[in-house]
Amino acid sequence: MNEEYDVIVLGTGLTECILSGIMSVNGKKVLHMDRNTYYGGESASITPLEDLYKRFKIPGTPPESMGRGRDWNVDLIPKFLMANGQLVNMLQLTEVTRYMDFKMIEGSFVYKGGKIFKVPSTEAEALASGLMGLFEKRRFRKFLLSCTTFDEKDPKTLEGVDPKKTTMRDMYKKFDLGQDVIDFTGHALALYRTDDYLDQPCLETINRIKLYSESLARYGKSPYLYPLYGLGELPQGFARLSAIYGGTYMLNKPIEEIVFENGRVIGVKSEGEVARCKQLICDPSYVPNQVTKVGQVIRVICILSHPIKNTNDVNSCQIIIPQNQVNRKSDIYVCMISSAHNVAAQGKYIAIVSTTVETSDPEREIKPALELLEPVEQKFVSISDMYAPTDLGTESQVFISRTYDATTHFETTCDDIKDIYKRMMGSEFDFEEMKRKKCDIFGEDQ
Amino acid sequence: MALRELKVCLLGDTGVGKSSIVWRFVEDSFDPNINPTIGASFMTKTVQYQNELHKFLIWDTAGQERFRALAPMYYRGSAAAIIVYDITKEETFSTLKNWVKELRQHGPPNIVVAITGNKCDLNDVREVLEKDAKDYADSIHAIFVETSAKNAININELFIEISRRIPSTDASLTSAGKGFKLRRQPSVTKHSCC
Ligand SMILES: Nc1nc2c(ncn2[C@@H]2O[C@H](COP(=O)(O)OP(=O)(O)O)[C@@H](O)[C@H]2O)c(=O)[nH]1
Ligand SMILES: [Mg+2]
Repeated sequence: MNEEYDVIVLGTGLTECILSGIMSVNGKKVLHMDRNTYYGGESASITPLEDLYKRFKIPGTPPESMGRGRDWNVDLIPKFLMANGQLVNMLQLTEVTRYMDFKMIEGSFVYKGGKIFKVPSTEAEALASGLMGLFEKRRFRKFLLSCTTFDEKDPKTLEGVDPKKTTMRDMYKKFDLGQDVIDFTGHALALYRTDDYLDQPCLETINRIKLYSESLARYGKSPYLYPLYGLGELPQGFARLSAIYGGTYMLNKPIEEIVFENGRVIGVKSEGEVARCKQLICDPSYVPNQVTKVGQVIRVICILSHPIKNTNDVNSCQIIIPQNQVNRKSDIYVCMISSAHNVAAQGKYIAIVSTTVETSDPEREIKPALELLEPVEQKFVSISDMYAPTDLGTESQVFISRTYDATTHFETTCDDIKDIYKRMMGSEFDFEEMKRKKCDIFGEDQ
Repeated sequence: MALRELKVCLLGDTGVGKSSIVWRFVEDSFDPNINPTIGASFMTKTVQYQNELHKFLIWDTAGQERFRALAPMYYRGSAAAIIVYDITKEETFSTLKNWVKELRQHGPPNIVVAITGNKCDLNDVREVLEKDAKDYADSIHAIFVETSAKNAININELFIEISRRIPSTDASLTSAGKGFKLRRQPSVTKHSCC
């Protein structure tokens, strides 16, 4: 490793692996290291189950009823991919999708008045839905149509709305939508975690609703996809991309020091050797003095032996509990997957509850979600700090990723990647930059 | 004719000729200056075996073997693993056992293993006896061949032997549990929300 690299990357979380892949594809010489013996950092899927018990300091070993430990791949951070979202775009442009198999998430649900309702995915489901009354349905339909045909560049589609000025609150008023429909739209379709968006210009919300409905249109049952064997496959896939383009990989490397000269990074010291570099990418855990705490997330991994009640026994789903429904500021999410995704032993389900922490008793905050899951065989509770860089890296050339937030998709992760790219390269990120630069697929599939 | 997709992964130390073996099999050529780290992303070749077509999806290490940083994804779902050593370098044969161990730990339980002594065209500088390697392969119930990617010796035979050893019907792979690949142009069954 006593060499000179363009970029050194520390940590093999998804953000770091995607950036590593982009840099390698674009001809940069990359050294990618992790202090752990495994890929993925915080975005790893833990296997075997025994390791999850150890990690959460659960006394003893998993009971026999949990099946074979090796059949488990448990995500630490629950997320799904939006079928038409930025991560899917990145997977396709880089062809990393060839290394993975996906399944559709079978349903999306929303909590209202103590019960859960299916977020309609077809016209017929919408008509039958108990989520809103008949007149509301008509008005809502008009609103949706207007959102999905909305084109920022075509004033004819705007119907007097200024996308950069009109607030979302006014947009809802214009379509005469009631509080229930507003809650459902903002939280279950636009996937906002809080109500802060109401007083922002409506463009962002309209784009989010479009993303939801375009994602839904792709595969049908829900807008979400999930990779077999767990989310930990994603960083591994992008690491392979980076390696194919010459990236060097080392795991189990203790990082002793990040070496600076005149306030600018010049290398990384590990096991007494210094690898030199011009730029450094890392996750917050490698630079505790250059990040600041921006909040906390509670996540509770629950192992169940039954599908969640009132979900029609689907093998996977998302449940959103809008903040208004439980007198909070931020939504509570439940993401459930199962043995159908090669992440659990036969007949087992993994439901992960998560939300942004608002009080000093976070476990109490997520009670409404846990009640939906009863009985729970085993719980694994984590309360983790979220960090953001204090330094944009302009001087130091150290570029630090943000901790994964409580959102249940990868859109904010992709925004962070684009932002880091821009700071490193001085130009806007263009998805085309990710396209493989040479033909490296041989045989009949080229 | 039934088509079966079979994932095959390559293992073994850097420089033993893994990429050259795949290149010979898929493109039937040999490049003495093959880039030592940069690999191919995805290589396929279909061959007929009895009344089936076997489409080999071949995964090369892409240099991640150099510091033993292969990801579990690499082994996932493999029908066979080709573990390569260089007959002119004793130490690449001694490390073979570590690769077998790694495969047992991360690979699927019923994976077909092929021990491959490459560069057999360099017989005059041989360091590993054919018999020693054959005995070892037998002891772990693995296929054994000596190959030369350079002179195209035993490369096709290696894959034919893999075809022969793969169980004829693999119920676990044909089950409904399989996922799908993301395609650029996915099915556009039109659903609209409400
Ligand atoms: N003489 C000889 N050289 C070979 C043979 N196969 C590969 N090589 C050479 O060995 C070196 C390493 O080969 P490569 O395929 O890159 O090995 P890998 O690191 O295992 O993928 C290259 O210089 C090849 O030209 C062979 O069958 N005979
Ligand atoms: Mg190679």
